[in-house]
Amino acid sequence: MNVNKTEYAHLILEVRRQLQRGLPLVQRPYKMLAEKLGVCEATVLKTVEQFREEGLIKRLGLVVRHHELGYVHNGMVVWNIPDEHVDDVGKILAKESKVTLCYQRPRRVGWPYNLFCMIHGKSRDQVRKALEEIQIKHELLFEHDILFSVQRFKQTGGRYVD
Amino acid sequence: MTSTNRKQNLLQQEVELTDFERQLINELQSDFPLTSKPFDVLGERFNCAPSKIKETLQALLDRGVLTRFGPLFNIENVGGCFSLCALSVPEECFEEVADLVNEYEEVAHNYERDHYWNMWFVLATKSEKSLSDCFEEICRRTGCPGMNLPKEDEFYVGLHFQL
Repeated sequence: MNVNKTEYAHLILEVRRQLQRGLPLVQRPYKMLAEKLGVCEATVLKTVEQFREEGLIKRLGLVVRHHELGYVHNGMVVWNIPDEHVDDVGKILAKESKVTLCYQRPRRVGWPYNLFCMIHGKSRDQVRKALEEIQIKHELLFEHDILFSVQRFKQTGGRYVD
Repeated sequence: MTSTNRKQNLLQQEVELTDFERQLINELQSDFPLTSKPFDVLGERFNCAPSKIKETLQALLDRGVLTRFGPLFNIENVGGCFSLCALSVPEECFEEVADLVNEYEEVAHNYERDHYWNMWFVLATKSEKSLSDCFEEICRRTGCPGMNLPKEDEFYVGLHFQL
């Protein structure tokens, strides 16, 4: 029993490792992974489904590089939202199609902003305009600032701990 | 071509996408079928040969338009600690500080931003302890004021990047 459990945990870890490298572009990608791992295709599919249900996999699909598509300006918009409204405003911003990230973070001395969202654009004006539209649409009159990216000097993917 | 060269080329010239590529990118950011033969399913959806989809995705990967293709893991559920950190770096030693900060394996996504807090990066470590240790070490070695801003809540961004 214990051995099976260990083997199962090992399998889960291996499937995850393989998946983090991306899916092979072949007719049956999961079968190819399964063959590498010495298990059957159905097991791999079931494991991926399980990852998705558990929230370990956020989404399945492709990951674009905004930068390479000409969206070279990203504006980090930071807001000072009263604590009792931060949840509502966060949800509103996250629903906007131009917003690609939205987080609540702690305030610090001299830093009153507790809500962060990211807007990408092909120019700074495009980012400003998108922000203005969102503000008008939702009547967001809170104190805020935009921090534009100037230059990108290190871009690496998220690191995984394993 | 090295990846640096490729990046530079891409920076100089904005990537042009065909309508088909644009459509694939817009639709496959979140809606890739989880099934034994996903490209066959997509072939039917896009009314083309499955091989055309595979070839197009491979070409987009080769051109650097896509970073990867497959499942996007929720890194925080996988394990480890993450935090957005900022430093206020004097203009005259910005490059020097950037080199020092970027030497850290724990540092990712380092951006310069036009603000008093002009250097923003993500720290990724195995534990909360190692995260605050690393942050404090960076502040000490650079001599720059810093802010460590771990996320308190994430608002799910449902729609993905539309081209």
